[in-house]
Amino acid sequence: MNKNLERVFNGLWKENPTFVLMLGMCPTLAVTTSAINGIGMGLSTTVVLVLSNMLISALRNLIPDRVRMPAFIVVVASFVTIVQFLMEGFTPSLYESLGIYIPLIVVNCIILGRAESYASKNPVIPSMFDGIGMGLGFTVGLTLIGMVREILANGSIFGATIAPLNDYHITLFGLAPGAFFVLGCLVAIMNVIRRNMEAKGKPLPAVQGCLGGDCSGCTLSSACTGKTLANKANDNNTGKEEE
Amino acid sequence: MSNLLKVSSSPHIRAKDDSSIIMLYVIIALMPTTLFGIINFGIRALLLVAVCIATCVLSEFLFEKAVGKKNTIGDLSAAVTGLLLALNLPHTLPVWQAVLGSVFAIVVVKMLFGGLGQNFMNPALGGRVFLLISFAGTMTHFEYDGVAGPTPLASIGGGNVNTLDMLIGRTAGTIGETSTICILIGAIILILLGVIDLVIPGVYILTFSLFVILFGGHGFDTAFLVAHLCGGGLMLGAFFMATDYVTSPITPLGKVIFGICLGILTGIFRFFGNSAEGVSYAIIFCNLLVPLIEKITVPRAFGISREVKSNE
Repeated sequence: MNKNLERVFNGLWKENPTFVLMLGMCPTLAVTTSAINGIGMGLSTTVVLVLSNMLISALRNLIPDRVRMPAFIVVVASFVTIVQFLMEGFTPSLYESLGIYIPLIVVNCIILGRAESYASKNPVIPSMFDGIGMGLGFTVGLTLIGMVREILANGSIFGATIAPLNDYHITLFGLAPGAFFVLGCLVAIMNVIRRNMEAKGKPLPAVQGCLGGDCSGCTLSSACTGKTLANKANDNNTGKEEE
Repeated sequence: MSNLLKVSSSPHIRAKDDSSIIMLYVIIALMPTTLFGIINFGIRALLLVAVCIATCVLSEFLFEKAVGKKNTIGDLSAAVTGLLLALNLPHTLPVWQAVLGSVFAIVVVKMLFGGLGQNFMNPALGGRVFLLISFAGTMTHFEYDGVAGPTPLASIGGGNVNTLDMLIGRTAGTIGETSTICILIGAIILILLGVIDLVIPGVYILTFSLFVILFGGHGFDTAFLVAHLCGGGLMLGAFFMATDYVTSPITPLGKVIFGICLGILTGIFRFFGNSAEGVSYAIIFCNLLVPLIEKITVPRAFGISREVKSNE
């Protein structure tokens, strides 16, 4: 598979930030009261993610290692500010309903996580596709949760009322506990699908090294020849980038 | 000779009671309350009781079938959950909402955490609170003799409540909470059978009474106190829900602490909260505290001094 397409597929399915990596849980649980909110939050995060991935990747040889975190945050915050003003100008109702969660995109751990683990180590084009994949994966996750919650709590989908459900609104799913229930159920469904796919002979690549690449719990670590390899896998583990 | 020296590990003496016998005792003890509820509120109450029990048992059966676990509906705990949940519903509740509450109680609160003995809060109360949050309108709509009106607990503030009616149960409310006398008959049955002991309900009711006297705003007013004790789900909750084996502490001191927490929380919810009732919330909140309470009240093993323990 083409490496760029592979990045997109990786973000959408294999390392879906919402259902697999479980990153960015705060906006996932807080803003998904409706499908529109989910899509809005997902797409604005995607835009910031793609742009910041590209810029950080382009600057990766200029940013000193010791101050990389502040540098990343400055880059991300700049893009978030741009997106925030654009939304306030062009989609005021969405801006109202997402509220404080738009400026909070700055500290969304998906964005900092991808900057730290992928964009700061890879060229611009793959970083862009990595951002697209991760952003779309996040958008799909949020939209799915938003759709389920909107149907259950309001009996509507994307704002359109479903007439047969008029008398069957379950308010709980519009509140915080409902977000946890829906997320848990969707993750469970996702895991069942993945397990079935693995059983059909499409196993996910195994982590290199013994003990899942974790040498700290191994008594033979000082004498181990495979240590460098495993340590490398371990380093990459924070970046989740072994192919 | 070798037969006499048979070596086995403890326990050496076993009681004949198992989960299903105890659950059967609880069902028997709930019968006076249930029958009174059906007489008081009519055929609709019977329908809800039947629907809740059937749904609870069926959802436990189906869930265990789906995940390939051993079938445990024979221990009757699902039937008890269904019965308790039904007793906590107003008789006017739409049937589909009762079904939803039963499924939630069994599948989410009980089975997803591992079934009987693993549930972190009382399943029936979990189901009730789910319904209370989801369907605030229908769950707090009470009718008595075909007339919609507030429960006595909600109108205590106005001052005109008939305490005798509340004792007998001729008032609006959920199916099983109105008759204090019937609940006490059931509680006495359970205590005589040795299913529950008096510590948790006793401490709970005493603490709550103290709270009413201190913070209720009426001082030591017997009528007001009795109205608060008989009103709402306090009696049903204290004797049948707070004493649930799985979700209450087993240490002696822990039971006392648990009862005190329940009394204080119920008082806070009733007097300073938005809704008239606070028993369900108090009990499920204290259910969550049980592991912590047990951790700090583990009795010291014989021969182990406190110093050694703290140095560990």
